[in-house]
Amino acid sequence: MSTTIPALDVAGMYKSFGDTEVLKGIDLTAHTGDVISIIGSSGSGKSTFLRCINLLETPNAGQVHVHGELIKMRAHKDGTQEPADKKQLQRIRTKLAMVFQGFNLWSHLTILENVIEAPVHVLGIPKKQAVERADALLQKVGMYERRDYYPGHISGGQQQRAAIARALAIEPEVLLFDEPTSALDPELVGEVLKVMTDLAQEGRTMLVVTHEMGFAKGVSSHVMYLHQGLVEEFGHPKDVFENPKSERMKQFLQRDF
Amino acid sequence: MIEDLIYVLSRYHMWLWQGFLLTLQLLLVSIIFGTLLAIPLAIGRVSKSIWIQAVPFGFIYLFRGTPLIAQLFLAYYGLGQVISEIDGIRESWMWAYLRDPYWYCLFTFVLNTAAYVAEIMRGGIQNVPNGEVEAARACGMSQPIIYRRIIFPRMWQIIWPAYTNDVIFTLKATSLASTVTLMELTGAARKIVARTALPYEAFISAGVIYLIIVYVLTFGFKGVEKYLRRNETRETSKKSVVPDGIPG
Repeated sequence: MSTTIPALDVAGMYKSFGDTEVLKGIDLTAHTGDVISIIGSSGSGKSTFLRCINLLETPNAGQVHVHGELIKMRAHKDGTQEPADKKQLQRIRTKLAMVFQGFNLWSHLTILENVIEAPVHVLGIPKKQAVERADALLQKVGMYERRDYYPGHISGGQQQRAAIARALAIEPEVLLFDEPTSALDPELVGEVLKVMTDLAQEGRTMLVVTHEMGFAKGVSSHVMYLHQGLVEEFGHPKDVFENPKSERMKQFLQRDF
Repeated sequence: MIEDLIYVLSRYHMWLWQGFLLTLQLLLVSIIFGTLLAIPLAIGRVSKSIWIQAVPFGFIYLFRGTPLIAQLFLAYYGLGQVISEIDGIRESWMWAYLRDPYWYCLFTFVLNTAAYVAEIMRGGIQNVPNGEVEAARACGMSQPIIYRRIIFPRMWQIIWPAYTNDVIFTLKATSLASTVTLMELTGAARKIVARTALPYEAFISAGVIYLIIVYVLTFGFKGVEKYLRRNETRETSKKSVVPDGIPG
């Protein structure tokens, strides 16, 4: 540990739903500035893995360190566990912003209100300052002109860009993207990927669960291929895509292109 | 008939007016306190723990499962009787309140409204899209903040039509107060009938007043509904749906 502390470190993540083992012990270390694409066929556990990191799902076992701080868990007798310290979890969650497949903007709030909601009501930033920051973020994702619209009044691509601005507003250490383009019409995918590419180039630490092989190959610094709850392949996109070691990865790549 | 109506109105309009005020008072207090009480009940009702669920469930089941008039009689004649037999209660300052049917009515109406509204709220809370709640959790909101900022505003949007309906239902329910001698609108009409033996004129007058109250309520609630659903209506001509600033 003489080198820098990783932004995110996941060790031995295990999760089962009833008898179905979804994650069978996954490790991942993301240093500041890493952009890690998590790929795999559906049912491979990639979304579950992401959701276990910020504890939207509670893993059965595994440790998550965010910038060196361990998320404290308490074990139950039946082998399940739960967050031990809600306050700590809430604080750490502000360092792990998430972008969802279904956008999940708060539909009763305007785009601007969505973006300032967490800064004002979680981080306690004065509203005026939060609005200034939000305006800058909305500029960046190209949504400033739509800041007074409600989510239901704009397209899916616009909603997702607004959701990215909302995630950035809490100034997270790590951005978690859960299939951010899967719910979009094909012609809207590009605008969201462009915003994500810009963020990657800024040096943001990102974990991206995606089916967009172009993004995984061209933008990310690492690629993780999950198969049946295990890491089948991990490495630089060049190596993973051009010289896949595992048979399954080869099959997966053939199927997708 | 018209002459009789004019006679009733000219002679007894003060009774109707006072009855109207009392009806309005019963309605407002029942709705306001019933709704406030419904909030913790509804939150308990959606709890994951069955023990926390059990208390509001039992309460709601009891009050929705029995006739309001039975509850009212049980409170006024039953509870009132028990209280009146407590030693020294008749000499205490509380007796002035404890003998007054008004408080028994309010007590019953508030609890009854709370039971109905809590059940409506439970449905509303459960219909808030899970993704929006997850997004709130994911950015570090605590449960109280999630309720205050996300779930309750969304819940009101969802339940408003059902809630409106319940308020109108409660208005009509307040007429039962007349059975325990309260001179609200229906009670006033009954008193006029007793004096004049003109049932049509008396009850038509009261009925028209009820209709006016319902009309005003419906109108007001529609206005609120329009505000609550501002994010759903498409207004292409308007650039900004919310003029400026952000509601606190």
